[in-house]
Amino acid sequence: MGISKITAEVAVQKPIAAGIYDMTLKVGEMAKEARPGQFVSVYSNDGSKLLPRPISICGIDAEKGELRIVYRIAGEGTKEFSGYVSGTKVEVMGPLGNGYTIKDKKAIVIGGGIGIPPMLELSKQLNCEKAMVLGYRDETFLKEEFEALGDVYVSSDLGTAGIKGTVLDAIKEYGVEGDIIYACGPMPMLRAIKAYAEEKGIEAQISLEERMACGVGACLGCVCKSKEKDEHTHVHNKRICKDGPVFDAREVEI
Amino acid sequence: MNLSVNIAGVTWKNPVTVASGTFGSGAEYSEFVDLSKLGAVTTKGVANIPWEGNPTPRVAETYGGMLNAIGLQNPGIDVFVKRDIPYLKSQNATIVVNVCGKTTEDYVEVVERLGDEPVDMLEINVSCPNVKEGGIAFGQNPDALYDITRAVKAKAKQPIIMKLSPNVTDITEMARAAEAAGADAVSLINTLTGMKIDVERQAFVLANKTGGLSGPAIKPVAVRMVYQVANAVKIPIIGMGGIRTAADALEFILAGATAVSVGTCNFVNPQTTMEVIAGIEDYMKRHKVEDINDLIGIVK
Repeated sequence: MGISKITAEVAVQKPIAAGIYDMTLKVGEMAKEARPGQFVSVYSNDGSKLLPRPISICGIDAEKGELRIVYRIAGEGTKEFSGYVSGTKVEVMGPLGNGYTIKDKKAIVIGGGIGIPPMLELSKQLNCEKAMVLGYRDETFLKEEFEALGDVYVSSDLGTAGIKGTVLDAIKEYGVEGDIIYACGPMPMLRAIKAYAEEKGIEAQISLEERMACGVGACLGCVCKSKEKDEHTHVHNKRICKDGPVFDAREVEI
Repeated sequence: MNLSVNIAGVTWKNPVTVASGTFGSGAEYSEFVDLSKLGAVTTKGVANIPWEGNPTPRVAETYGGMLNAIGLQNPGIDVFVKRDIPYLKSQNATIVVNVCGKTTEDYVEVVERLGDEPVDMLEINVSCPNVKEGGIAFGQNPDALYDITRAVKAKAKQPIIMKLSPNVTDITEMARAAEAAGADAVSLINTLTGMKIDVERQAFVLANKTGGLSGPAIKPVAVRMVYQVANAVKIPIIGMGGIRTAADALEFILAGATAVSVGTCNFVNPQTTMEVIAGIEDYMKRHKVEDINDLIGIVK
């Protein structure tokens, strides 16, 4: 089936922290196609807002045909989504992007801010030794759900949860070790993780974001710089929506 | 009922294509659209060598539209000829290749390379607002447009469509220059130069500062320009600018366009083209029109 665009229905939605919403969408067959690290394009019901909002998948329930998304209100589009209630119809395209490649290696799963949600489904699907490191600004969300899956280490910018500092400060403070890193979060965090993984000589799969238009690799709006010439574009650009959003940290210049 | 149109000797099975740059080279949308059902597939612009394009952010949403400053990133003609043309051919698509360049020689090189390829038409992009050299420099001056049209036409083996910029005082002057230089058709409009500022960050949203405005927000400007050009030249017009529905497409046709392109709205709904074609058929049934050609330019 691959990618499809459907009219989904909101099953349930609730706020889980200041400005952060947890929405479950009835998407039918689309849920069977989804993998951790992929995203969906969610369209506004307001005709003046043309472009979809790319939102990462936080949970997959293939049996019930549901996808869960957890997002932050970042503008008018996501503000509109936050007002949706059970039964609201919403246009959704997906699943999009490549997702994480799960490897049977001792894992460090790192999420920062609104990059935390996609790490939840990934952590559920990682049936190996793993440590989860979550970086918050101040207020925590989804923390208890991660704790049900294994060891969780927390950092926060203000020191309101876990140690005060960054996710890498938490890794060093608690002596977290692993043979592979899976990460999603803000660019400064990903840059630091890329450098950390190179120093340790381990693989890091990092998920990038950029302003998108088409979501399917056609418009070339959301590119990132690649180390080598990209096979598809034949320049040093990779398409985040299609070739990513997850990249081996060694193959991108960030 | 006849939906087919003839543009400079090339028959399209219906009057609907896609605007260059909004559809990749077709493959990206093949899960949503049977490419053989389009009047033609118009490809993303291709240059003689690969172009990296502009820094990001390259796109921004605006009210009823969007800005883009991709900067004509493309893989270059070598890859295009090896990969994209055979793919489109395998899908039985009618192929319009959009050609971009920085100098006249660049354009001519690409046009010559395409001479023996199974390509139906060439669209010459002299109107991209997002690259400093070439492109728009040819599209905002009638003498420069005349010269490049002559140069390309002299080497082209396929009919050429000159894609016109709306960022001019009088678009009919540009259309007349293209026609006088031997263009087989014109397409319009390319995007309108625009800007968006993030007031919280007090900074430009696009890395390029300016970008091309497209989408339904520009449609009335585009319809007006197609109407003006239709009354100024005899060569066929491919009209575009914010087409989302069959009614939008019909506005362009009634204003004088022989064919239309769906652009930005491919991003809104990947099946827009198919819905537009079906809607045109419904309209023709309702209005008892046997031939789409009977609708072209009848609103005077």
